[in-house]
Amino acid sequence: MTTGKISKIAGPVVTASKMKGAKMYDVVSVGEEKLLGEIIELEQDRAIIQVYEETTGVRPGEPVESKGMPLSVELGPGLLNHIYDGIARPLKLITEQAGDFITRGVNVPTLDAKKKHDFKPAVRPGDTVIPGQILGRVQETSLIEHRVLVPPDIQGKVKSIENGDQTIEDTIAVIHTNKGDKKITMRQYWPVRKARPFQQKLAPDIPLITGQRVFDFMFPVAKGGVAAIPGPFGSGKTVSEHSLAKWCDADVVIFIGCGERGNEMSDVLQEFPELIDPKSGKPLMERTVLIANTSNMPVAAREASVYTGITMAEYYRDMGYDVSLMADSTSRWAEAMREISARLEEMPGEEGYPAYLSSRLAQFYERAGRVINLNSSKGSISVIGAVSPPGGDLSEPVTQSTLRISKVFWALDAPLAYSRHFPAINWLTSYTLYDKALAPYFNKEVASDFTKVKARTMTLLQKEAELKEIVQLVGPDVLPENEKLILETSKSIREDFLQQNAFHDVDAYCSLTKQYKMIKTILHFHDVALKALEKGTKVVDLANLPVKEKIGRMKYDQNFEDHTPSLWKQIEQEVEA
Amino acid sequence: MIKEYTSISRVAGPLLVVEGVKGIAYAELVHITTQTGEERLGQVLEAREDMAIVQVFEGTGGIDTKNTRVRFTGKTLKLGVSKEMLGRIFNGRGDPIDNGPKILPEKELDINGNPINPYARDVPEDFIQTGISTIDTMNTLVRGQKLPIFSGAGLPHNMLAAQIARQAQVKGKDSFSVVFAAMGITKEEALFFQNEFERTGSLENVVMFLNLADDPTIERIVTPRLALTTAEYLAYECGMHVLVILTDMTNYCEALREISAARNEVPGRRGYPGYMYTDLSTIYERAGKIKGRQGSITQVPILTMPDDDITHPIPDLTGYITEGQFVLSRDLHMKDIYPPVIVLPSLSRLMNKGIGEGKTREDHYDLSNQLYAGYAHGNEVRDLMAVVGEESLSEIDRTYLKFSDLFEEKFVKQGFEENRTIEESLTIGWELLKLLPAKELKRIKEKFIKKYHSPEGRPDEPTKKGLTIPPKEPKKSPEM
Repeated sequence: MTTGKISKIAGPVVTASKMKGAKMYDVVSVGEEKLLGEIIELEQDRAIIQVYEETTGVRPGEPVESKGMPLSVELGPGLLNHIYDGIARPLKLITEQAGDFITRGVNVPTLDAKKKHDFKPAVRPGDTVIPGQILGRVQETSLIEHRVLVPPDIQGKVKSIENGDQTIEDTIAVIHTNKGDKKITMRQYWPVRKARPFQQKLAPDIPLITGQRVFDFMFPVAKGGVAAIPGPFGSGKTVSEHSLAKWCDADVVIFIGCGERGNEMSDVLQEFPELIDPKSGKPLMERTVLIANTSNMPVAAREASVYTGITMAEYYRDMGYDVSLMADSTSRWAEAMREISARLEEMPGEEGYPAYLSSRLAQFYERAGRVINLNSSKGSISVIGAVSPPGGDLSEPVTQSTLRISKVFWALDAPLAYSRHFPAINWLTSYTLYDKALAPYFNKEVASDFTKVKARTMTLLQKEAELKEIVQLVGPDVLPENEKLILETSKSIREDFLQQNAFHDVDAYCSLTKQYKMIKTILHFHDVALKALEKGTKVVDLANLPVKEKIGRMKYDQNFEDHTPSLWKQIEQEVEA
Repeated sequence: MIKEYTSISRVAGPLLVVEGVKGIAYAELVHITTQTGEERLGQVLEAREDMAIVQVFEGTGGIDTKNTRVRFTGKTLKLGVSKEMLGRIFNGRGDPIDNGPKILPEKELDINGNPINPYARDVPEDFIQTGISTIDTMNTLVRGQKLPIFSGAGLPHNMLAAQIARQAQVKGKDSFSVVFAAMGITKEEALFFQNEFERTGSLENVVMFLNLADDPTIERIVTPRLALTTAEYLAYECGMHVLVILTDMTNYCEALREISAARNEVPGRRGYPGYMYTDLSTIYERAGKIKGRQGSITQVPILTMPDDDITHPIPDLTGYITEGQFVLSRDLHMKDIYPPVIVLPSLSRLMNKGIGEGKTREDHYDLSNQLYAGYAHGNEVRDLMAVVGEESLSEIDRTYLKFSDLFEEKFVKQGFEENRTIEESLTIGWELLKLLPAKELKRIKEKFIKKYHSPEGRPDEPTKKGLTIPPKEPKKSPEM
């Protein structure tokens, strides 16, 4: 182990000398308070270290010790249902040790080493095992069964295997490999900046169902896909990310609060344990890992937080689960990179961001995907990254670099947010590239004309935008009745379908079938009205029909699917009358 | 471990480079004595084995490279805090300037504080009634929230802040203690607040830190931190509910830019340093509530948007950290509407926590949502009318137009001394909604429409401009 001395301190960046032998990205303990840091540059015998904690009071001359291994996260049963900081220290334990405020030099492990887990073996002595194979199972929470896998670098014959209560430190199996006997524990360490291996990436063809109409119906993301939500402040990024974390149909959810607000994290902490999974009836927190590195927590740990999160996601993917990871917000992560880069006095690229910004973003997002694991099971990681462009200007580097990688673009829009149209996703500028890949799924699972209905909806909305330009110039009166009807129907699509209330008991989650029936109802009204126009009815009169109010309330109707036929009948009767 | 040196090698802007030093800690406090014996305060910005870069708080004028003595104290910047600070006035460095006795500190606290562990945070959810309709009904403030006022030069943000400080109260509970920090504002503005606090007899509940326009720029970096350290002591150790007013954050950010430039750092947008987001967060994130502790810190920072531009880096980064914003509008101000809070871009992210049954009233969320949508549509129509003329608007659009005008006239507009209860504000809201047909009220649950909305008795048109009608008897509709 290499021990050196501090020669310079400037905020979170510390330079140490006499560090020959230390490796790039090794974890180091800095100063007498043993602050945690990571080597990010080596020059002769000097190492430049980013420190994950506040460096106030640290002096030149204090010792620096390299731990000889890169920044790693402890993996094993007991990860779920907890909240960690950016370097995977459980915040609850930090509170117990250090009190209500985060002080320095707190050293706590990610996992509880004393807790006993009921380990059920899946192999027998004498079996030959390959990397990634399931050695045994532990019921981690009531929702998730934790599969203990053979580490990626080990294969051979099982010599012995345990059964029953074990801690993560106990040897649960001994595997005879060609390099001798290896003791396996349920705990593994994995360097966060290195992707965990898999066999093969698959093309995504299953949607991630989110229960949000504008996402599922209009701009769906595939399991294993990457979506970006850029938007100015106040446009509802965080609420959207929360809704996705709550309702998406992934097995495991990793939520990273990266450089965001403390009060929001405490809100998540209070709310998530109370939310119930609609499928299993169990608390959603049982499938969730929260990572919170708020904006005022050390900036280097913020930089690490997204890697910590995705490593955990890969760990569960390897078990064969569909994992979704929400990062709120990746701009804060990019800013952390910029801040550290500036302290290193690196040559800046665009807007002061380091030149490697886009390659780092790409590396991170490439860790998403639907794959065949080492053990031949299938798993996926979907990444949904919020982006906070300064001033809402989408031409800035973080948004642009993200858009080059992500396949789905959910554009949040300030004017929509100002008129309280939530989710404030602009239907004209947003897009998804999974449309074609997912069409067979929707047409098979929901309705055979699903994609046609969707295309028609889109056309109506586009037509509305064109007509609105004309109205801006000459007023609405000059339009012919059938175009006025398009405006009326589009308004209905926007208000009665696209708008969704994340805080309403019924409306917060909308099933695919209900989504389909809702839009069909609106289009049915359009069709019936179109016929009535031919007989000389005016759109003004149609817009005032009592049934319009019912259409407006269908989103709040818990049993809407049963009520659809009667509503259609009412539409027909009223329009014809 | 006090070390004294005379080895200054370079002075640039607010920075000193001291050479030949040993064992200097990062961020430690520095005393500087100039040739003439004048004392200055500074802080280590960069510590090396034989060199330190020091940031001088009161400016570097009069410092020379021969005789000036630099004394490293080995301590970080701390503030002696005490309950006795209430009712006192300090300068931007924390020295009393009201001719009162020195403060005997009960505790010495690091002015940078420590981040609150998100796990230890309590969710802010106590409704604060400010008596201002646009805030209480549309952008509710809750205890422990940070909600800035985005203003512009010449807009009455000071009056609004003073009114909030005077009227803010949690229903049925005590009012707030106020910690007021001024950064680079004029003496006149500071006097306005001082007189306001005196006039309303709340001065003994106020701690003031004043860094005025002619005080050293660099001092502005510490002023808000002193204020928040005091607030944290009062809140978390003495169990008080503290309202912190920081004005003007724009001056603070400019001071930050000045230091950054003097250090030859790579500038970010518009010359502001790349770490401004992180730096601002260490101020704003010090608002909140902690589980198991009595007090709370609510922050209302004020910033003036340069050229009323909300995308300028200062309001932009602030908006990304704070839980919403109140935006003041020049248009409304020109129409003689006080307070000119334009509700559309304004937002309170924690509103949903603080409203509803048992907190304000069951219909609050739906009502404010509907008022928003109505006002937004009315404004669209207003833009459209400017192009096509009023005649070619449909009847429903004309109704929305009228709704918007009345919304500004009756709901937004109120007096500087007018303290509306939440029930009064909600009632005005329902009165306005009577203008609209029931089918338009898509955002309100049917049961609330039945209970609170009666289409009869539409509100009267304002008889003359400038008239406000605070409904003195809120029990106008029979159901209530």
